Amino acid sequence: MRHIISVLIENEAGALSRVAGLFSARGYNIESLTVGVTEDASLSRMTITTRGSDNIIEQIIKQLNKLVDVVKVADITEGSHIERELMMVKVDAKDSATKDELQRLADIFKGRIIDVSDDIYIIELTGEGEKLDSFINALEEKIIIETVRSGATGIARGKKALQV
Amino acid sequence: MKLSGAEIVIQSLKDEGVEYVFGYPGGAVLHIYDAIHNQSDVEHILVRHEQGATHAADGYARSTGKPGVVLVTSGPGATNAVTGIATAHLDSIPLVVITGQVTSAFIGSDAFQEVDSVGISRPCVKHNFLIKRAEDIADTMKKAFHIATTGRPGPVVVDIPKDITDPNIKIDYEYPEDIKIRSYNPTVQGNQRQIKKAVELILAAKRPMIYSGGGVVLSNASEELTTFADRLGFPITQTLMGLGAYPASGKNFVGMLGMHGTYEANMAMHECDTLVAIGARFDDRVTGDIEKFCPHAKIIHIDIDPSSIAKNVRVDIPIVGDVKHVLVDMSKELKLAKTEPDAKALESWWKQIKKWESGNCLRYDKNSALIKPQFVVEELHKVTGGDAFITSDVGQHQMFAAQFYGFNKPRRWINSGGLGTMGFGLPAALGVQLAHRDEVVACITGEASIQMCIQELSTALQYDLPVKIIMLNNRYMGMVRQWQEFFYESRYSQSYMKALPDFVKLAESYGHVGMRIEKPADVNSALTEAFAMKDKLVFMDFITDQTENVYPMIAAGKGHHEMHLQAECVPTQSSDRELA
Ligand SMILES: Cc1ncc(C[n+]2csc(CCOP(=O)(O)OP(=O)(O)O)c2C)c(N)n1
Ligand SMILES: [Mg+2]
Repeated sequence: MRHIISVLIENEAGALSRVAGLFSARGYNIESLTVGVTEDASLSRMTITTRGSDNIIEQIIKQLNKLVDVVKVADITEGSHIERELMMVKVDAKDSATKDELQRLADIFKGRIIDVSDDIYIIELTGEGEKLDSFINALEEKIIIETVRSGATGIARGKKALQV
Repeated sequence: MKLSGAEIVIQSLKDEGVEYVFGYPGGAVLHIYDAIHNQSDVEHILVRHEQGATHAADGYARSTGKPGVVLVTSGPGATNAVTGIATAHLDSIPLVVITGQVTSAFIGSDAFQEVDSVGISRPCVKHNFLIKRAEDIADTMKKAFHIATTGRPGPVVVDIPKDITDPNIKIDYEYPEDIKIRSYNPTVQGNQRQIKKAVELILAAKRPMIYSGGGVVLSNASEELTTFADRLGFPITQTLMGLGAYPASGKNFVGMLGMHGTYEANMAMHECDTLVAIGARFDDRVTGDIEKFCPHAKIIHIDIDPSSIAKNVRVDIPIVGDVKHVLVDMSKELKLAKTEPDAKALESWWKQIKKWESGNCLRYDKNSALIKPQFVVEELHKVTGGDAFITSDVGQHQMFAAQFYGFNKPRRWINSGGLGTMGFGLPAALGVQLAHRDEVVACITGEASIQMCIQELSTALQYDLPVKIIMLNNRYMGMVRQWQEFFYESRYSQSYMKALPDFVKLAESYGHVGMRIEKPADVNSALTEAFAMKDKLVFMDFITDQTENVYPMIAAGKGHHEMHLQAECVPTQSSDRELA
């Protein structure tokens, strides 16, 4: 099963390598990993998407907790949560028909064209991974020049929060 | 107080109450060595190889319960220390290892003797630090000692760039009394509800078994464990790391378990209905095939490390906490309980265990014309009154030591169980002897293992450390040879060393006493003579039977009930046994 694990970790040099090293040393899989600072500059928040049996996920959470720099860990897929990923796609908008089609698709997917230059469009889209996949599938393959995705981040709904 | 960074490093050690630093100098730590030179509170022990420093500090730590301290230079100094750090890590031994680093401005430039020590050590430490400012040294040292010694102990590396130890830059020094790390709060007390549940299960058991490990030793819970086992009258087995916590001579001890454990211990594991695992981590050398492990048992697991619980084996009642605290609470709960263990069921369970015992699985040929390694260990027990500190290396001799010495106290059996590091025994013995100047310390080793850190014989002379080296010389990497005999049709690929040194002369050239013993009849008298030389290191080269194997044995992929026994040790009921 796919799980999204949120980690609050001391914002120190080497923190990321401790987490990445843990996953590779123990043979756990990482689908994506994102990291950024939080409202408290001394803390970073990581979001790791991974797959594994219940046993493996349990071990991943325990092993993360065991890292001295890790303050809190939660598997947000355990409860109701919101998941988002940001994607930017650079496409070749050579003729007006393509331009129209791209505008239409962007509207359907609630995306935005954020840059236009020399018949090149950059479209920005956020959503769950599957929605981003569908958007890519909806585009004509040969017009895609470049795709960049942030990897998933997520947050629990309601009062539940990952705090110190 | 105003001190330089280098002085702060040493002053922090003083303020931690550190007696010895095991180390080796080099460019990146010269400022620190200069600070060592100017004081006498912390004694520096100069080893001959950084691996030796880490093992010596490790032996000091295992035998005292206090953290071992190591100081090495950058680059090769740090990489040489890695084996010892990993050894301590796998056995959860508290070490603080200070590594010098190149000057901050050079970090990342492939400077002379630069390695990424924090990166290299990361997978084999509990935690590590790269200090960036002299102002952070004192706090970081405090944190390092705190992390190394609390919770599940382990090694901590502190990497210190040379420039921040500059003797010309003095800053305010104050060693913190205590330190709070918000992300690090090990659980000490066990959950009361779980403890209650565990006690209920224990009292309902018909075929109970206690399986205890190194965690009991680390938590200094030997007394509590002994009281617990004796109060209940339950059979108890111990892992290689746990030996001595419950005395080998205690009435409930059924021997070590696992790959080379006793038949009775392993059979009792297989047949028990309730397993109380205490400070043990279900290592693969202990469990054998996990699919066949304790098929009938409900399992209670007490451990300070939550990640040890349910890692390899499903557990019915997990209790996270310090073993000592949990055992105290369990004993209280037992006192409050209205029921007693089922005496009748226990009696018939013990009857069954005695039957397994009757096969005498550790039997060996006492009439052999050749020296049997087991015999040497048994005689060693006699000559030392069973009360020596015994370190060991890795191989058959290690297993014979574990099986035959009979440890009655914790912290007396000092070996690399988790990593299985050849070369550990001699330097570890030096650390033990430094901590226990008036006690008897012996290192049981093999002719292959001893050569991995033989240079430390020189350190032993420098510091007058009269350890006794008991080398069981079978002219083979015996454990490798045994596997090749069993599993590779006796193709002894590279397990024989053709050119061994004359160990007697070797010992003498290092300034020690050497002895060669070739006949069984001489074993006792030679040991007596050697141990009478109280202020001498004596290197005893016992020429032993080359063909001896360690029995019993559970082969890889086999269960506890599928032991490989010596032919003559078949228990009375043949249905109890299956050959691997
Ligand atoms: C550093 C290291 N290298 C290799 C091994 C693999 N190994 C385990 S036991 C052994 C042989 C040990 O021989 P010896 O010290 O003579 O002991 P014996 O088994 O003969 O008693 C070897 C090579 C190891 N444990 N450690
Ligand atoms: Mg040998």
